[in-house]
Amino acid sequence: MRSTFRWLEVAFWLVLVAGYVLWPGKLPLASQVLIAGLFALSYDLVLGYAGILSLGHAAYFGVGAYTAGLLAAHGWGEPISGLMVAGLVAALVGFVTSPLVVRGTDLTRLMITTGLGLLLFELANRLGTITGGVDGLQGVEMQPLLGALRFDIYGRTAYGYVLVVVFVLFLAARRLVRSPYGLSLRGIRANPGRMRAIGCRVDLHLAAIYTFAAAYAGVAGALLTQTTQFVGLDVLSFGRSAELLVMLIVGGAGLLYGGFIGAAVFMIAHHVLSSLDPVYWQFWLGVCLIAIVLVGRDGILGAGRRLLTLRRRRPVTVTAS
Amino acid sequence: MSGRLWGALSFAVAAIVSAGAAAQDVVRVGMIAEMSGPFAETGRQMVNGAKAYQKVFGETVGGRKVELIVRDSTGPAPEVAKRLAQELLVNDKVDFLAGFGLTPNALAVAPLATETKKPMIVMNAATSVITQKSPYIARVSFTLAQVAAPLGTWAAKNGIGKVYTLVADYGPGIDAETAFKKTFIAGGGEIVGEVRTPLRNVEFAPYLQRIKDARPQAVFIFLPVGEQPVAFMKGFAERELDKAGIRVIATGDVTEDGQLEAMGETPLGVVTTHHYSAAHDSAQNRTFLKAFADVAGPDFKPNFMAVGAWDGMAAIYEAIRRNGSGPIDGDRVLAALKGLKIDSPRGPIMIDPETRDVVQTVYVRRVQKRGGRIYNVEFEQIPNVKDPGK
Repeated sequence: MRSTFRWLEVAFWLVLVAGYVLWPGKLPLASQVLIAGLFALSYDLVLGYAGILSLGHAAYFGVGAYTAGLLAAHGWGEPISGLMVAGLVAALVGFVTSPLVVRGTDLTRLMITTGLGLLLFELANRLGTITGGVDGLQGVEMQPLLGALRFDIYGRTAYGYVLVVVFVLFLAARRLVRSPYGLSLRGIRANPGRMRAIGCRVDLHLAAIYTFAAAYAGVAGALLTQTTQFVGLDVLSFGRSAELLVMLIVGGAGLLYGGFIGAAVFMIAHHVLSSLDPVYWQFWLGVCLIAIVLVGRDGILGAGRRLLTLRRRRPVTVTAS
Repeated sequence: MSGRLWGALSFAVAAIVSAGAAAQDVVRVGMIAEMSGPFAETGRQMVNGAKAYQKVFGETVGGRKVELIVRDSTGPAPEVAKRLAQELLVNDKVDFLAGFGLTPNALAVAPLATETKKPMIVMNAATSVITQKSPYIARVSFTLAQVAAPLGTWAAKNGIGKVYTLVADYGPGIDAETAFKKTFIAGGGEIVGEVRTPLRNVEFAPYLQRIKDARPQAVFIFLPVGEQPVAFMKGFAERELDKAGIRVIATGDVTEDGQLEAMGETPLGVVTTHHYSAAHDSAQNRTFLKAFADVAGPDFKPNFMAVGAWDGMAAIYEAIRRNGSGPIDGDRVLAALKGLKIDSPRGPIMIDPETRDVVQTVYVRRVQKRGGRIYNVEFEQIPNVKDPGK
């Protein structure tokens, strides 16, 4: 089981690398799918591993996006350092807000995260002189990557840049969830009371993963800003948080790759359907989503996994990996 | 699978695809419009307006077929708009970018127009700054400052001394408020109160009460096309501000032709300034209305957004004609657009050679009943208004 999954993993990343030549005209879309995938990975750490239900994750995405945008608009257009600062600022915001989020149960968390998301959205809307308000932030100009690679119209530099960043962060997340700390998170998701009883400091653990995920979301937001060289209020919108939840559920939560698969399926379906039928595509998207979730209750990856295990006739529990 | 093989393969595919595109007999226009979500009305107006133009003037110009490729920006989503523009330019090899109902989307695409030297025709988005963001942008619609400024002058001249202003709190609203106040105060008027309302989830009741208590002679409003003007007018009548002797003056967005009938009789007597009314009496407008009804059906009422797209297509057709038979060249097209005059359904318009923004007649209109239907009836006009926001 483990070895086949490794091979699949290698194949997954190889396809993405080959994508550079495989779909030359679709690189801008591919970059945005990867960014959405990273954002979904961040959400997966929070929801799939730690079990924190949130509807305001776009807050950290937006903080990262605006940080990178404001830096670039005020002359700091160097992408990599901008990305790091954006990640740190988002982590800071995540850390400051985490005490509000980690206490309480699912419903209170939903309320609090939704509220936080709306607050930040309105704040960005109100601070029009800084953020550009509804019109979006003007004058985001990126310097060439590593001083040599300009962000070109075909999206080649952007794709390579996004792919490398996403891969590095993915490796870190993979390492994290397989560490003892990652295991303890899963324990907390399964039974927080018992984890507390065996001496685990549940709130601290949750605050740590929430902060860590916020940093990831911030980096994803910053990548979007840097590759499109524009930030609008929509990075903080409620719709973005809700779509994120849909992507993760479609792909499969708690599996690391679920976010990427979900983001790819969601965005490619969105893209194809809206090109075919620019007016009523949302109807067809809805039909597709319902069908996917009905066929595989634990998302595309979960369903694929069950197929694999069935074929091998080996009893493997689906949630543990 | 060597990289070279893939390179060769993709090159071969690209060569086959572009062999069709490179043929000089097709000109592609990539139209980015809001076709779904809360702003879908904007997109539908624009696409039908453009199609109506093609229905009347044919799909070929100068021996070349003009192909319209429509993409849905889904609403105020700059990253989607930018990606669609990238794909239109790279994959579909469009010669023109067009459409744009919302300012953020137009602003996000502007750098691509500069980079690829492709002309970008803004058919609606109405914030002043847009045309300054790329030398390859030309706008055929209007700006809010352009239509709001003449209203300030008109109000001051026509016995309105005290005005309360209420605008939606975003770029266009602030543009409208600033322009109105400037000309109104210059004409001797007095602003007795001002308020900016949030862009969504507005409850007008408390604002209306405050306005009533301030006892202005008129209230100047700008609200985005859609539900808000309807809600405002309803509340205005319910709280009997009209009986308290308060009039409504507004930019034409508030009483736009598509929604006017849905508002019932409440807006009768409202004075607005705008660049287009469906009641405008001219042969061009009659042609436009007929073609639009043919394309979109009799129940879909066109408004100024459809006219923006119609005129955008007129500009594109003329630019293709003047470009000659060679490949479409951005600089040559822009040279052709600068100073271009179009006989629009709204009246004569011109693209300012310096700012590439539209110069046009602004009309003062009153909402009136005519033959059982409600129209914005034009009764005064101010010719050659430039955008004062520059």
